[in-house]
Amino acid sequence: MAATSIDMSTTATGELLTADGRPLKESLQRSLRRRKLTALALVAPAVVFLFVLFGMPVIYLMTWSVDDTQVNNALPRTFAAYQQWDGEELPSEPLYEAMFKDVAEASGIQIGRASTRMNYAKSKWKSLMKKTKRQVKALLGTDPDFAGPYKEALIGIDKRWEDISFWHSLGIMKDPYTLGYYLNSFDLQYGFGKEVVQQPENRRIYKTLWMRTLMISVIVTLACLALGYPVAHLLATLPLRYSNLLMICVLMPFWTSLLVRIVAWMIMLQQEGVINDTLVWLRLVGDESRWQMMYNFTGTIIVMTQILLPFMILPVYSVMKGISPAYMKAAQNLGAPPAIAFLRVYVPQSLPGVGAGVILVFIVAIGYFITPELVGGKDGQMIGNYIAYHLKSSLNWGLASAMGVILLTAILILYWVYDRVVGIDNMKMG
Amino acid sequence: MALPAYYTTGQRVWHRTYVVYCALVLFFLVMPLIAVIPLSFTAAPFLDFTPGMLRLDPEAFSVRWYKLMVGDCSAADVITTVCSDKWKIGAVNSLIIATIATVLATAIGTLAALGLSRSHLAGRRLIMAFLISPLIVPLIITAAGMFLFYAKLKLVASFAGVILAHTVLGLPFVVITVTATLIGFDYSLTRAAQSLGGSPAYNFFKVQLPLIAPGVISGALFAFITSFDEVVIILFLGGAEQLTLPRQMWAGIRQEISPTILAVATVLVVLSILLLTTVELLRRRSERLRGLTPA
Repeated sequence: MAATSIDMSTTATGELLTADGRPLKESLQRSLRRRKLTALALVAPAVVFLFVLFGMPVIYLMTWSVDDTQVNNALPRTFAAYQQWDGEELPSEPLYEAMFKDVAEASGIQIGRASTRMNYAKSKWKSLMKKTKRQVKALLGTDPDFAGPYKEALIGIDKRWEDISFWHSLGIMKDPYTLGYYLNSFDLQYGFGKEVVQQPENRRIYKTLWMRTLMISVIVTLACLALGYPVAHLLATLPLRYSNLLMICVLMPFWTSLLVRIVAWMIMLQQEGVINDTLVWLRLVGDESRWQMMYNFTGTIIVMTQILLPFMILPVYSVMKGISPAYMKAAQNLGAPPAIAFLRVYVPQSLPGVGAGVILVFIVAIGYFITPELVGGKDGQMIGNYIAYHLKSSLNWGLASAMGVILLTAILILYWVYDRVVGIDNMKMG
Repeated sequence: MALPAYYTTGQRVWHRTYVVYCALVLFFLVMPLIAVIPLSFTAAPFLDFTPGMLRLDPEAFSVRWYKLMVGDCSAADVITTVCSDKWKIGAVNSLIIATIATVLATAIGTLAALGLSRSHLAGRRLIMAFLISPLIVPLIITAAGMFLFYAKLKLVASFAGVILAHTVLGLPFVVITVTATLIGFDYSLTRAAQSLGGSPAYNFFKVQLPLIAPGVISGALFAFITSFDEVVIILFLGGAEQLTLPRQMWAGIRQEISPTILAVATVLVVLSILLLTTVELLRRRSERLRGLTPA
């Protein structure tokens, strides 16, 4: 700023003063502070809004993945008395008394939640707790002053109270926090001494599921690369008139509702669908041996590839657009055959776009839920489907949350890589 | 396409293969969407091309599925499909939810973008990363977190909850597009307005907003389409009342796909083409306004 045009005087110490008599330095600082505050005030509503309605839900989900307070809340006395038990033989009277009183006092809902959780540690807990709650209530109904012996009373209600393994399994749940759901996510669980053991054979499904999720994402990413790279190259090298027209083919699916695209694919892929009809008409396939292309692994792959292809084409295209054709011409002038020139000169320059596209497609693919749910059938299900299942159907929220946190962590790591490779700010929306 | 005269036969063959391959990929991208359109005009209640349609017999075509879509049940005579005005209700609900969510997201997002574009803000990168994080976190995780947390706020199975959740999803798009538009913004214009005595609000609406309008509108369009197409969140947060178009489609796909869904799909495809055109025109206008003529 030109100081000469502004009427300025100086103080005795030689400091510059503004027109209203303040030192210039102070005045500038004030205005800078005000601008900082304005910027902050502009950003604040969005940050607060997003924190409350998005940040807190995600954090809350994380707490669910380690939370183990349901049993503690319902059975406080039991866990206090549990500390005294040596675990060698059947517990003595005080522990049975604590359990009896806890069951008597806890509400039906509390017992319901706790017993669901207890059932994850050892099956049959749920029925045992429900039966006990019912019978204890009946017992206290006929004899309100019942004061023991509690051990006999509980064993009288159900023989399982004599089974020491039930008591042992309580030890897994005595802390308010657990990593059990994370173990479950990888087909592991706590043994009764809190040692990590494998799940029983018939319950091991999650390792396969993670592997399948990874495999689907990798196959879809590679398919998108194989299909998308040449198209991006064509779009980047064609004259603008043609490429704009072809670009519509890429952008139209990108802009169309996900469900519409899935419906469209169902029409193509079903047994009586367009593709099978065409194949039968061309006599490539017999009418009775139509291909099963939907409700399985293949269906998930085909549909996800088409849906995610624009995410590959767009970043690769935008990088290729910046590669001058002069390099290829120079390489060929210097005697390189076209294939060598392409591989050694063009491809390396397009790699940043390829990196961006690959990471973007992979990240989006790994968290997919809708597509596998609708066209995946049984062997096309991904981790997202199981998160939804445990959240809505089996109500094992801890396990759903743990799987969600693992998935989120993987994605954040990939995004960090993405940020290092291309920078989040360069994200293109088409 | 004319190939250079010096190309060898091998190069010609290779080049043709490459063009055909690209054409096939582009075909793969648009073919399913194109196939939906004629099928939605079928007269038969099946989801494949009937022999009549292939012969272009006018008898084989009808608009009865469109009538069913808008709740005109006179077209439902011979069909087993239940006729209801659920599609209409869904469309109206979707429009209401998407409109309110878009207005909210655009207002909050534009303010944030204005703040972010000033260099005085400490931790700009961090704030930006946070504001676009709903795009990064998979929808299923966002939906799971909201499902558990919104229950505490009594927002599950309410319009307010769905609208707020959709605002969250739309916000990053507005922030991204408006920040991008502001990169080329000439701040001497607002300084000039300020020195001429306009109040900050007046200057914003009369000077700055018209110039960044293309970015704001295309951000708003992204936010709108995101909410209008959103299906994961609504499955978790929506109650019986919050029947949106995608949710009705989801239900339709899961139960039985009738050609009514194809009619809806066709309408949505046409809508997306219109939106795509609008955004493209806005982008060109924005580049012109910023003095970046398209190459």
